[in-house]
Amino acid sequence: MDILLQQAINGLTIGAFYALIALGYTMVYGVLKLINFAHGDLFMLGAYMGLTLISMYLGAGMTSGIIWALLVIFILVMIAVAIAGVIMERVAYRPLRRAGRLAPVVSALGVSIFLENAVMIIYGPRYRMYPKGLIPEIQWNIAGAQVTLMQVLTLVISFFLMGALYYFVHYTRLGTAIRATAIDHDVARLMGINVDAIVSLVFILGPALGAAGGIMVGLYYGRINFVLGWGYGLKAFTAAILGGIGNIPGAMVGGMLLGIFETLAAGYIPQGGAWKDAISFFLLILILIVRPTGLLGERVVEKL
Amino acid sequence: MALLEVKELTKSFGGLVAVNGLDFQLHEGEILGMIGPNGAGKTTVFNLISGIYPPDRGEIKLNGRSIIGLKPHQITEMGIARTFQTIRLFPNLTALENVMAGLHCRTKAGLWGALLRTKAQREEEKFIREKARYYLKLMALEEHEMVLAKNLPYGLQRRLEIARALATSPRILMLDEPAAGLNEQETSELMETISQIRDSGITVLLIEHDMKVVMGISDRIIVLDNGIKIAEGTPEEVQNNPRVIEAYLGKEEE
Amino acid sequence: MEAWLSYLRNLDKRIWYVLLLLFALAFPWFIQSNYWISVAVVFGIWAILGLSLNIIVGYAGLFQLGHAAFWAVGAYTTAILNTRYGIPILVCMPISAVIAAIFAILISRPILHLRGDYLCIVTIGFGEIVRLFLFNDPFGITGGINGIRGIDRPSFFGITINTPLSYYYYVLFFLLITLVAMQRLENSRLGRAWTYVREDETAAETMGIDTVRVKMLAFAIGAAWAGVAGNIYASRYTVIAPETFSFWNSVVMFCIVVLGGTGSIPGIFVGTIGMVVLPELLRELPLLTQAFLGLLRAPLGALGGFGAVEQKLMMISKSIADNIPMWRMLIFGAAMVAMMIFRPEGLWPHWRYRLELRREEEAAPASVGTAGH
Repeated sequence: MDILLQQAINGLTIGAFYALIALGYTMVYGVLKLINFAHGDLFMLGAYMGLTLISMYLGAGMTSGIIWALLVIFILVMIAVAIAGVIMERVAYRPLRRAGRLAPVVSALGVSIFLENAVMIIYGPRYRMYPKGLIPEIQWNIAGAQVTLMQVLTLVISFFLMGALYYFVHYTRLGTAIRATAIDHDVARLMGINVDAIVSLVFILGPALGAAGGIMVGLYYGRINFVLGWGYGLKAFTAAILGGIGNIPGAMVGGMLLGIFETLAAGYIPQGGAWKDAISFFLLILILIVRPTGLLGERVVEKL
Repeated sequence: MALLEVKELTKSFGGLVAVNGLDFQLHEGEILGMIGPNGAGKTTVFNLISGIYPPDRGEIKLNGRSIIGLKPHQITEMGIARTFQTIRLFPNLTALENVMAGLHCRTKAGLWGALLRTKAQREEEKFIREKARYYLKLMALEEHEMVLAKNLPYGLQRRLEIARALATSPRILMLDEPAAGLNEQETSELMETISQIRDSGITVLLIEHDMKVVMGISDRIIVLDNGIKIAEGTPEEVQNNPRVIEAYLGKEEE
Repeated sequence: MEAWLSYLRNLDKRIWYVLLLLFALAFPWFIQSNYWISVAVVFGIWAILGLSLNIIVGYAGLFQLGHAAFWAVGAYTTAILNTRYGIPILVCMPISAVIAAIFAILISRPILHLRGDYLCIVTIGFGEIVRLFLFNDPFGITGGINGIRGIDRPSFFGITINTPLSYYYYVLFFLLITLVAMQRLENSRLGRAWTYVREDETAAETMGIDTVRVKMLAFAIGAAWAGVAGNIYASRYTVIAPETFSFWNSVVMFCIVVLGGTGSIPGIFVGTIGMVVLPELLRELPLLTQAFLGLLRAPLGALGGFGAVEQKLMMISKSIADNIPMWRMLIFGAAMVAMMIFRPEGLWPHWRYRLELRREEEAAPASVGTAGH
C-alpha cells in the first residue's frame, strides 16, 4: 500500500511536468492545427537558461533569499523562452500557414534540430548538473510514503500555473479570443480578432509554461542534457493526444494520467523500467482505438 | 416495385431529430425532387442513403434489398451515386483524374496488375481513360481535362462533380443542390442536363432550393420540414398544398 | 502535330532517363573513391526507404512517423533467419518483405480510422515500441543492445557481393526495380485510389473506393519495400543494432519525402541528397575548400601576391573545417526551415504542382474567357 502511494506521488510529480509541456502542444494545435515538434526543445532551453541564471546568482556569492531569487529566475526564464517561442513562430511557422499540413512539420523538426545543436554548442554535449541543495531537502512521511518539499513545490507551482491558464483561457476576453480563433480563423477575424496577435499570444503562453517545467525538471532531477526535449516532448505530446488534443483540461488530465501510469507500470510490471516508454505508448494506442479523439476530445461530426 | 424504398427512416444528432420517420419511394426512371426549408433534414437523408451515417431506425431498400449497414463504397458499387452540397472534388487533381475516380468501382486491377503491367491491366487503364473522357465530354468539360479541379470556375466544378458521379454508372443519382451558385444560363443548362440523365435511364433524386429548377424538371416532389415529410405529389399539387405554403411562409416570418 | 509534340516530349524524357542511367552506371569510374561509392550505397538505401515511405505519406497522405519500424522488421527478419538458420540473404529478401507487410497490416488495421495527427503519434508510438522490443529482447532473438552480427553477404551464381563497388551495383539494381515499380504504381488504379484518399477521404469513399482497404495496402506495400531496404542494409553492414531504427531515422525518411516534394519520385532523390548526402558533403567541406583553392592558385599566382591571400583563405577554411562537425547539424536544421519557407511545395514537386503554376500565370488574362464556358 505504501509503495503504491509512493509511486502515485512520484507519478503525479512527473505527470505535472508532462502536463505543463503538453499544454504548449495542445494550445498551438488548437489554434494552428500544427504539431510543434520544437516545443520540447523550448522546454529544454528553459532548463538550460534556468541553470545559467542560478549559476550566475550563486556565482555572485549570494545564497540567502534563494527562494525569492528562484522566483525571479522563473519569471525571467519564462519571459526569455516566450520570446524565443514568438520568434520561432514568426520565422519558421507563419510563412507556412497556407502551405498544407506537411511542410510546417518539417519546419518544426528543423527548428528542433537547430535548437538542440545550438544548446549543444553553447553548453557542451555532456550532462550539466543543477546546483544541489537549493530547495531544502525536507521530507514528510504520509501513510508510509515519502513526500519531498521539491515534490510539493512542483505540484503547487504546476497547479497554480495550470489554474491560471485555465482561468485566463476561459474567463477573460483574450482567452475567449483564443478559443474563437481555435474554432475558425476567418470568423474570428470577422469578429475583429487580430488572429496573428492571438497566435503570438499562444506562442508566449505555451513556451512560458514549458520553460517553467524545464527549470523544475532541472531542480527535481539535478541534471539536464541537450536532448532532454525529445523524450519529454514526445511524452507530453502523447499526453496531449491522450487527453484530446486542442483541449486544455485534456492536456492536464492526460499529463497526470500518463505520469502516474508510467511510474506504476515501472514499479509493478516485471522489468517495467525497461518497458516504461513502450507501455505508455501502448496505453495511448489502446485509448485511441476505443476513443479516437482522446479522453476529453469532442467527437467531431464531419460537416458534409 | 420501387427502385429505392425508404421506410420510417430516423436519425438524430444529440437531442436534435434531423430525420423523423421518413417514408418515400423512388420509382425507376423518375426525377424526384426533395425540398424543404433549411435544416429540414434533406442532406441528412442523402448521408443516410449513401451510408455515411448509420440511421437510428428505419429501412432503406434498393431493389428490395436492404442497404442498411453497408459501407458507403459498397452502396456506390450497388448503384447509388451522389454529389455534395458543398462541392467535394479532389482539389489538387486534374478534371480527368477526378472523373477516373468514379470508374474505380467498375474496374478491378490490383497491385500485381500494376506492378507487372499485364495486358489486362493496360487495357483496363485505356478503358478508364476513354470512359472518363466520355463523361467529361458529356458534361462539356473536355477542354478542361488537364486543369486542376480547384482551379475550375464554380459552375464547371458543379458539372465536374456530376460527371464524376455518373462515371460510377449509377442507377440512382442523388444531386444535392446542384444549381446553388449558378447563374441563370448555367441553371437552364443544368436542367437540360438533368433531364438528359433521366432520359438515359438513370433515376434522379434531387435536393434543390431553386424552385424554378425543382418545379420545372421533377416528376414528383416530396417536402420535408423538421425531418418530417409534410407533402408528396406532383409539382402542382405540392405548390398548392397549404402545409407546404405554411412551412415556407412560416420560415420567412422568422 | 499534337501527336508529334507529345512524342518529342516523351522522347525527351526517355533520353533523360538513359543519360541518368548511364551516369549512375559510370559513377564509380568518375569518382574513383571507395568512400564516395559507399556514400552512394547509403544514398541508394535511403532512396529506397524514401520511395517506400512516399507511398504512405506522399500518395495516400497518411501521417507516418514510424517508418523505421518496418525497416527494422525487414532487417531483423533477415538477420535472424540468416544467422540462426543459415537461409541465404537473397532468399530472406522476399520473406523480409512479406513479414514487414504482415506486420504493417496487423498494426495499421486498428488505427486507420484515426485522424491525421492522431495517426502521427500512434505511428511514432509503434516505432518506439518496436525499438524497445529490439532493445529489451524479451524472446532472446534480437541480441538486445548489441544487435546481431555476422550476417552474410548476398551471393548468387557463385558471385558474392562484398566490395563497395559490387554493393554499388547491387543497390543500384534494386533501386531501379523500385523506381519502375513506383512509377507503375503511381499511374495505376491503386495509385490513383491513394491520391483520392489523400485529397478527400469521404469523397473517395462515396466514389466507391474501399478507403480502409486502400490505406491498409499503402501501409503494407510501403512496409514491404522498407523491409527489402532492411534486408539490403543488414547484408551491407553485416551488423545491425536497435539504435539504427530510432525515431530520428523515421524523421529523416519523413523529411526526405516532404523536402523533395510530397508524392514526387524525382523529389525523393533530391530529398535524399538533402537529408543524407548533404551532411556528408558538409563533413568534407575542408577537402572541398582545399580543392577550390588549388583551382584558384594558378590565376591568383599569375596576378602576383598570392601568398598572403592564400594564407588568409587557408586560415578561414581551416577554422571552418575545425568547427564543421559542431556546426553541421545546426546548419542542417536551419536549412530545413529555410527550405520549407522558400519552397513549401518541396524542391522537385509533383508535376501537378507545375500545372497549377501554369494556370496561375494564365489566370489573370484568361479568367474571363474560361468562365464563359
